[in-house]
This record gives sequence, C-alpha cells and structure tokens, in this order.
Amino acid sequence: MNFLQWAISPWGQKIPIHIAWFLIWVGVISGLAFLICHATYLRFFAKEKEFSGTGRPEVIAAIPERVPRHSLLARVFHWVMATSMFTLLFTAFLPKVGVQFRWVTYHWIAGAVLTTSVLFHLIHAPFWLNFWSIWPDRTDLQDAVRRLRRFLGQRVPPPRRFAKYPLENKLFHGVIILSGFSAIGTGILMMFRVRTIFFPRSPYLFSDITWGLMYVLHGLAGVGLIALVMMHVYFGIRPEKRAITKSMIFGWMSRDFFLKEHDPARWVVTPISSIQEEERGFRNGD
Amino acid sequence: MAVIRDVMPAFELLQPASVDEAHNLLRSYGADAWILAGGLDSFDWLKDRIRTPKVVVDLSGIDELRGIRSTAGGLEIGAMTTLTEVANCPVVKEKYALLSQAAELVASPQIRNQGTIGGNVSQDARCWYYRAGWPCYRAGGNICYADTPDGRNREHAILCADRCVAVNPSDTAPALIALDAKFVVRTVKGERVVDAEDYFIGPDIDITRLHILQPGDLLTAIHIPATWARAQFYFEKIRDRNVWDFPLMNVASAMTLSGDRIERIRIVVNAAAARPLRLASVERAVTGKPRNDVTGEMAGKLAVAGAIPLQFNAYKVPLMRNLVKRAISGVEVTA
Repeated sequence: MNFLQWAISPWGQKIPIHIAWFLIWVGVISGLAFLICHATYLRFFAKEKEFSGTGRPEVIAAIPERVPRHSLLARVFHWVMATSMFTLLFTAFLPKVGVQFRWVTYHWIAGAVLTTSVLFHLIHAPFWLNFWSIWPDRTDLQDAVRRLRRFLGQRVPPPRRFAKYPLENKLFHGVIILSGFSAIGTGILMMFRVRTIFFPRSPYLFSDITWGLMYVLHGLAGVGLIALVMMHVYFGIRPEKRAITKSMIFGWMSRDFFLKEHDPARWVVTPISSIQEEERGFRNGD
Repeated sequence: MAVIRDVMPAFELLQPASVDEAHNLLRSYGADAWILAGGLDSFDWLKDRIRTPKVVVDLSGIDELRGIRSTAGGLEIGAMTTLTEVANCPVVKEKYALLSQAAELVASPQIRNQGTIGGNVSQDARCWYYRAGWPCYRAGGNICYADTPDGRNREHAILCADRCVAVNPSDTAPALIALDAKFVVRTVKGERVVDAEDYFIGPDIDITRLHILQPGDLLTAIHIPATWARAQFYFEKIRDRNVWDFPLMNVASAMTLSGDRIERIRIVVNAAAARPLRLASVERAVTGKPRNDVTGEMAGKLAVAGAIPLQFNAYKVPLMRNLVKRAISGVEVTA
C-alpha cells in the first residue's frame, strides 16, 4: 500500500509529491473510532471520577462564584484559530472528496489568519498568561500513573485535582503544536508556489524532492489535524466538559465545577483577579 | 530508461452500439475507462504512453450520437458529429454561422473529417509540459513547469491562472457559449443539461480537468437554442500557422442591434485561460452603446483588465484587446 504519491521528475528522479489521499479517510475513521470507543467506555465502563485531597477551608471560601478562566483576548484567539482551522480543513479536503469550489484563495487566506493568530499567541501566552500552566508538570505525570494503575485495578490513592488544565488538555495542546506548526511552516513556504499578496512566486526555492517532502508533511499534518479537531469538538460537546467549553465562550467557570475538578493550590485564583484585569495586561494566577 | 513512443499500451477495446451500453460500460469501469471519440486527442496520450487506461470505450459505432437535428427550440448536434459535418451543415450555416465558422477553422480538413464536436469541446490541455508526462499540477503533481521564470509559456494563460497556466484549446467552445448552447451529459445520477459556459472549469475548481465530466460521465449532445439564430456573429482565430494550428487566441460574439446600438450581446474569448472566458463585464458595458470603434476600444481595454502575462506571452494582452475590439466594432453581417 502506498501512503505517498510518487512521480518521476524531469531529471529522472523519483520524488514524493503528495500523501495518498485515502489517508483523509484514515484521519476521519481514526477520529470516529476514538469518539466511539471513548463514548462507549464512559457510558458503560467508567467509574465516577475520584480525587484525593481537599483544599484549605479559607482558600475554598475565597473562591468567587465565577472563576475567571480565559481572558477575552485568549477567547478571541481561540475562536479565530478555530474558524481558520475549520476553513483550512474544509478547503483542503472537500475538493479531494469531490466537493468542487474555488478553494485555494480561501485556503491561503485562512492559513494567513491562522499564522497571524498563532504569532499573537506566541507573544501573548508567555508575557500575559501563565506560560507554564499548559505544560505537563511532575504532579500531572504522577497522577497519570495513578489513574492508569487504578484503571488496571491496582489499589493506589486517587489522583489529585487538576491545575488549570487537565493533563489531557496539555497533551492535546502539545500535539496541536506539533501538527499545527508543521502545517503552518510548510504552508508558508508553499505560498511561494501560488500567487498571493505576500511573496513573489519562486518555484526554484527548493529542490523537487524537498518540495515534495514539504507537501507530504503538510498533508500528514492536515490529516492528523482532521482527527485531532474531531476529538476536540467531541470533548467540547460532552456533557461533563461543557463547563470548560462554556468558559471558552464566557470566560469563567462556576465555583462548583472549579471545586469539583480543580485544585485551588495548583490553580491559584486570587480573589481580586478578574477577567477585566487580565485584559488590562496584568499577570494573574492562571 | 528509454520510453517507448508510438506503440500504444495494451488495452481492451470496447465498442458499444448504443448510448445506454456505452454509459453502462463507463459506469462500470469508472476511472479505468477512456472515452474514444475522434481519437485526435486520445491517440497522442495513448501512443506517448502517458495514459494507460484499462479499457477504451470507442463511441464511433453509436449512431444516435451522430447527426444534426432541428428541434422545436433550435438545433441538436450529436456529440459524435464530425467538425466537417458541423461546418458544412446548411442549417448551421444559415442560422448559427458562428459555429460553422469556428468549426471550419479547427486544424486541417483531415482532422475536421475525423474530429468530433464532442471531442473538440472536451479535449485536454495542450501544454507541452503536461502532454510530455511531467508531474505538473494538472497531472496531479505540485508544480507548474510553464509558470517558472524559464518556462516556455508563449501559448499559456494571461487570465484566471491558478497554479496551472494551461489554456483551453477548443475553437468551437467559445462559439457554443456565445450561442448559449446547452450540453447534455449522461452522468451516474442520470441526464444533466448544463449551460455551455458551465461545462468548462478552471484550475481553481479542478486543476486536473478542463470540463465537468467525471469518470463514468458521457457528453451525448449539444443543444443550440433559437435565441441567437441569425444574429450578427463574429469569429476570429489567431494561430501561428494559418493552415493548421491550435489557437493562440480566438474570439466569438453574437450580437443583436437596435438601430446602431447594441441590444444584446454575448462575447467569449478562448485560449486566454484554462476555460473559455465569457466577458460578462464587457457585455454589460457595451449593451445599449453604439457599435463603433469607440465602444470597441473601451470593450477591448475592459476585457484585459486583470491580465497577468507570463514571461513569454505578454503579446496576448494586446492581442485579446484587439480581438475584442474587432468583435464589437467590426461585426460581420452574416444573415
């Protein structure tokens, strides 16, 4: 089975030119398979979530009714990125499955929007947000091991409550960084092959084989993003995750949900912190 | 490794006797089937071994695909009708002279005797990088060899290029669009009638095809409505060799006048882009205006707005401007 499409260049070299387009369906089916397995597991086999430890009463008492989670800028970034990502996926893959429309212009414009929003995030996250909150820490890994051992039936203490982001969120963010940067990096260079407002066309920028590998990497990242976006949307609409999704719309989550799933010691919600303050550029405890 | 030329690869030759039979074969073989009409496009591909279909469906034995018939609403031309038959048909000459002129300017008499109108409108691009089998965009690859600083692109597109810069080489296509013809296509889902204008697609829609036919589809007939019968027509084709060549560019227009003013007009240019370009903005701009050099000049300038010439085809911009100008101001009275 050929996972790549090959061609013979005018110089007689065998070069990769694309991924094989059946991989689109591999991406879709992988995403669907994950959703079905996960939903089945949760419906029929999963036990009630258990966490160990409780917060100090004075800390819990200080938690406001609405816990600020995402600033307006962070939410705008997320939805701009989501819109451009959907546009990119639909414009990339619908023509390959027979839905024909003028896709190239929409595709590179969406790519430019995504690139701009990611550049914004690269500046915004380290300086205005708590940069390390999205990266797995030692506690996450220890708790992951505990959850795995409990899943396998071993008697170990329950995991602790999450910090601002559960480990799954952090891992998803990491995978999105890998696939997203692959798609963006190759996509920017591929813009040299089409007529855009950004660069003069230059088909001679790289050798045929380098261009071919770039197209392959772009395609693989795109196919991977199909499955990843399907999973992300699935979790976004799951009932137990709805509070997190709502916080991406309204910026806050309820005190009850916060106390149920999050550890105030790991995600410090300062009483004076508010979305407005964060938007004014203050660093808060997220 | 040397490539064997002029020896066709082995394929199974299927010769259906009816449209239904042909369509069933095309449906069952899908992308493995190759439609053979007059063979003038097909044999290049096959003999160069660039295309190696499993089966070739030869339409030459299907009588219902041949002939020109008057209908209540105009004229019906079978897709397998030869270009000579179209050019010489008295009814076409009398009512739709634009089409007979266009058909008469296709290639050479021998080719017109063999070539069909369905084949002429459905033929593939003539870009030599593509025809040579290079892995360009149109061939499913990721580069246009013609749209490079050193590419030989004298015959290529100046408008509507999108990665690929090949042009549509048909002479009859612009005439049929100007006459508001309808193409009857047998698809997997049934029969579909599309405007001639919509039969052709550019690389922005599908970079691997010049028309809407999918594997399994078959163009069966072309209907020409009476709307433009006996209108004032203009067809001009510019080519390197006047006895036998593809167009560097051609223009077709159909016009009705009210006094000296243009009442209705359809004007189409081909070989300027990957699909015949109906110049709707020009049509709007000249409607109601007097038919004279001033209007023609204005139309010519408007027609080339947005043209992006390549390294070696900048001449196409003034060529198109002048062709459109002549089509507007120098319309021949043929009725």
